[in-house]
Amino acid sequence: MSYQGKKSIPHITSDRLLIKGGRIINDDQSFYADVYLEDGLIKQIGENLIVPGGVKTIEANGRMVIPGGIDVNTYLQKPSQGMTAADDFFQGTKAALVGGTTMIIDHVVPEPGSSLLTSFEKWHEAADTKSCCDYSLHVDITSWYDGVREELEVLVQDKGVNSFQVYMAYKDLYQMSDSQLYEAFTFLKGLGAVILVHAENGDLIAQEQKRILEMGITGPEGHALSRPEELEAEAVFRAITIAGRVNCPVYITKVMSKSAADIITLARKKGPLVFGEPIAASLGSDGTHYWSKNWAKAAAFVTSPPLSPDPTTPDHLTSLLACGDLQVTGSGHCPYSTAQKAVGKDNFTRIPEGVNGIEERMTVVWDKAVATGKMDENQFVAVTSTNAAKIFNLYPRKGRIAVGSDADVVIWDPDKLKTITAKSHKSAVEYNIFEGMECHGSPLVVISQGKIVFEDGNINVSKGMGRFIPRKAFPEYLYQRVRIRNKVSGLQGVPRGMYDGPVYEVPATPKYATPAPSAKSSPSKHQPPPIRNLHQSNFSLSGAQIDDNNPRRTGHRIVAPPGGRSNITSLG
Amino acid sequence: MSFQGKKTTPRTASDRLLIRGGRIVNHDQSFYADVYMEDGLIKQVGENLVIPGGIKTLDARGLLVLPGGVDVHTRLQMPVLGMAPADDFCQGTKAALAGGTTMILDHVFPDAGVSLLAAYDQWRERADREACCDYSLHVDVPRWHERAREELEALVKDKGVNSFLVFMSYKDRYQCTDGQMYEIFSVVRDLGAVAQVHAENGDVVEEEQKRLLELGITGPEGHVLSHPEEVEAEAVYRAVTIAKQANCPLYVTKVMSKAAADVIAQAKRRGVVVFGEPITASLGTDGSHHWSKNWAKAAAFVTSPPINLDPTTAEHLTSLMSSGDLQVTGSAHCTFTTAQKAVGKDNFTLIPEGTNGVEERMSVVWDRCVASGKMDENEFVAVTSTNAAKIFNFYPRKGRVAVGSDADLVIWNPKATKIISAKSHNLNVEYNIFEGLECRGAPTAVVSQGRVVLEDGALSVTPGTGRFVPRKTFPDFVYKRIKARNRLAEIHGVPRGLYDGPVREAAVPAKPGAGTQARASCPGKVPVPPIRNLHQSGFSLSGSQADDHIARRTAQKIMAPPGGRSNITSLS
Repeated sequence: MSYQGKKSIPHITSDRLLIKGGRIINDDQSFYADVYLEDGLIKQIGENLIVPGGVKTIEANGRMVIPGGIDVNTYLQKPSQGMTAADDFFQGTKAALVGGTTMIIDHVVPEPGSSLLTSFEKWHEAADTKSCCDYSLHVDITSWYDGVREELEVLVQDKGVNSFQVYMAYKDLYQMSDSQLYEAFTFLKGLGAVILVHAENGDLIAQEQKRILEMGITGPEGHALSRPEELEAEAVFRAITIAGRVNCPVYITKVMSKSAADIITLARKKGPLVFGEPIAASLGSDGTHYWSKNWAKAAAFVTSPPLSPDPTTPDHLTSLLACGDLQVTGSGHCPYSTAQKAVGKDNFTRIPEGVNGIEERMTVVWDKAVATGKMDENQFVAVTSTNAAKIFNLYPRKGRIAVGSDADVVIWDPDKLKTITAKSHKSAVEYNIFEGMECHGSPLVVISQGKIVFEDGNINVSKGMGRFIPRKAFPEYLYQRVRIRNKVSGLQGVPRGMYDGPVYEVPATPKYATPAPSAKSSPSKHQPPPIRNLHQSNFSLSGAQIDDNNPRRTGHRIVAPPGGRSNITSLG
Repeated sequence: MSFQGKKTTPRTASDRLLIRGGRIVNHDQSFYADVYMEDGLIKQVGENLVIPGGIKTLDARGLLVLPGGVDVHTRLQMPVLGMAPADDFCQGTKAALAGGTTMILDHVFPDAGVSLLAAYDQWRERADREACCDYSLHVDVPRWHERAREELEALVKDKGVNSFLVFMSYKDRYQCTDGQMYEIFSVVRDLGAVAQVHAENGDVVEEEQKRLLELGITGPEGHVLSHPEEVEAEAVYRAVTIAKQANCPLYVTKVMSKAAADVIAQAKRRGVVVFGEPITASLGTDGSHHWSKNWAKAAAFVTSPPINLDPTTAEHLTSLMSSGDLQVTGSAHCTFTTAQKAVGKDNFTLIPEGTNGVEERMSVVWDRCVASGKMDENEFVAVTSTNAAKIFNFYPRKGRVAVGSDADLVIWNPKATKIISAKSHNLNVEYNIFEGLECRGAPTAVVSQGRVVLEDGALSVTPGTGRFVPRKTFPDFVYKRIKARNRLAEIHGVPRGLYDGPVREAAVPAKPGAGTQARASCPGKVPVPPIRNLHQSGFSLSGSQADDHIARRTAQKIMAPPGGRSNITSLS
């Protein structure tokens, strides 16, 4: 499992590290043990370890040692109206490490018209030169063009990408129709990829935006008003329905509202493979701020789907996270500076979308879920790293403290109180959407690739030390079940003798404009010829009729056909 | 309330009619009384009536006197592939009367190239000539364009139509996009009409059809397999969401599955004004017959959404009807002979869709709901006539036994049993989908427009006696709530000073093709210029800066803008 990226980090003495006296927390159990790290890997776990002399030792003093967090949703290079997000790969991953996240999965967003592969290479290059922590990449399918299938195949087979996002919103920009979704889902399932969905009904949003602008509402509150949570829930419902038909797993990014989360919960009870990702913003804040009198502050909260104005949303989402109906947490980190946001000062539809959260995620989840008693520390590890690693096929390389896993480790202080504020955050933007929030739980020491990158409030990172982590297709966690379901859900037709009764002739020249038969059949593809049933015989109870060789008159409704109801064996 | 159509029926002696000794059942109460009718209206209800001598008297002792049934959904002239249904207005209404239904609401379906108004005229002409019972018309909107808006208005204002149906299925033919549905619903709401939907996800259905045909499944079972209930439920959910956004009352035709019915029930709990219409077929039979070895029989069951495979569906739907979650029953009567159905003998997508039910509806509902103890006789009246009359705004003219109401009555024998069979039905088709079903409850006499049309099993009808019943807009039953919500739903922007901080310039000549500005704003209309806030003053705390007149450099990220964060009053 110890795949190494193309770059090898220079070996320095701090490469060997011993964490003494900590309590190791995995998603399944907690226990006291020492951890010895070498060459960026966990080499030994246990008590009284035999380690080389002179290694750097960290005294954990009974504090928790957890797998480094995995942030499954970041946009550190998202283009919006020609601007890119204020936090680039360097700034963003630095913030991630400070918050206890040692790996991110960033979204590649190809501008419509550019190819997936080119964009992937662009992101890969930018991240390789700037990223401070390990990273992997999702690719967003922003348009379903000719040749996209080949590119997807290359990405999955050669480039280490196993997750793709499709959009149900952003009409005329990224949005896909239901038919395209069905096609994309079918194809991605064949590749063994994870299908991510941005779930909002883009058609209705466009209508609502028009209406709200016409009413003269141009501020950030219009963003929330034009994207009510029903539209999010509706799209989630639709995505799950389509995925259910295709029998593929589906992963809903950014679960922002109670109703969307409830749809996921309901669907899981019925059987479809659905996963939901609330983000730091939906767990730690709410949408009431859109109505702030301070435009700049209100605009800082603009993201899609929007934060729900219902202040009980974070509580509800945390509960679902605790009971397993939602599985992973991301941040959707994609902040823009106030000056950038101000592009939409006269029109909320032009405010670039995205909030911060990469740094705050672990702390917010701890505070909302563990400090309130909804979750235990093991579940915390599950929702912040392990589940993500399983879904995206990184496990057990990431998301677990075990011999052979990557040395991405966080020493966590559950009691440390921290106030989130823009004054001290690592992001480049002026506003922090969690401003003033007091959180319990915070990282003391963060170790990435076996090196201490954060200790006593000091950051020690260098640009470009993050490696690209390729991911294989067909993650077991999702596809084991899909394979079995595929097997048991085979469809079979009814073997029956061919219907040999009278057939009403459809007028060849219909009086209506459209040629009726071709309109009735599904367009695009031509119908395959019906398969001839080999069991069929020419014998019919009524026997052959004398006029069998005479063609029947057209356009004549036959109520009691002359040949009798030959195929009708019983009426029961 | 006694609107008379343009035709007056010839006055005969049998115009005066007395029903004696029956138990009158309305949706709110039952009582023993005699009913005296004259000129097609109910003139007196009570005991010891003073009436002219020598009139025809029906003895209803021991029997129930109900308002005649209203079948809210028939398609007696639906064109499919250039074929007309086997039961036309004459045959269909005859069957209706035989089953105790004294009014139908037929769907006008404009074929390609025919305007809504022209289609309406076609239907009126045919129905006026042939219908044996009173009728009214829904108009289907299979194609949406700007001119259709005026046509809807004309239909509502001059033609007595107050309900319109849109299709979410039949891709590339009748299917509406979500955006179009929102527009139609908004128009319909402003006109005070009821929006009906045929709810199935056409995109997914089409993909499934393609897949099944490729698998070589061509028989009627393919119809069910390609129209799974999830796809129906998904569309219902979407329709409910759109209706809620547009604040338009929604009426879901043909509720065929448990999942779809549950979505309606849940939406009602959330306060959406939504009505659901199960049909005779979904209440009286199940979809297992699609797997019949007899092709002709299997094909007779083909309708959309399909009759559900789950045999407990009927049970579930009747429970929801008795709890008020579903309100009305229709039949969706649209029959085709075996020869007509056989057009699709090699390809299930070509089988003309539709089942029988106009004659069987009252008996099936009585048997399933009342005889089984789920409903009382009053609720029976509600779901078979009163609710329909209220929703579509012809109450109390129809749907109630009261002085002044139309003399459409049924004398109902709850103890009679009847076996439904193609041998005895009043239809032009060879198969009856309820074949062999033994129903408790049947009409002994039916009175339409004050004349006895069924007595002692003998039917005496005259084609052309049916009158068109025009319907007014804004039915109270539906629109009282909508109006109140319209008043409440007004939204206001936040009055705030205009943002006067720095603005990052968005790259206008964007790299990929179209201008980013145009793409980011909503398509279609030009965005309205923002309204200038009159409270705004030129005063700013920071004062004007020396370099105000110098244009800011483009593409420069401004972290600490020179003008200061002038609009930022607090960070909390």
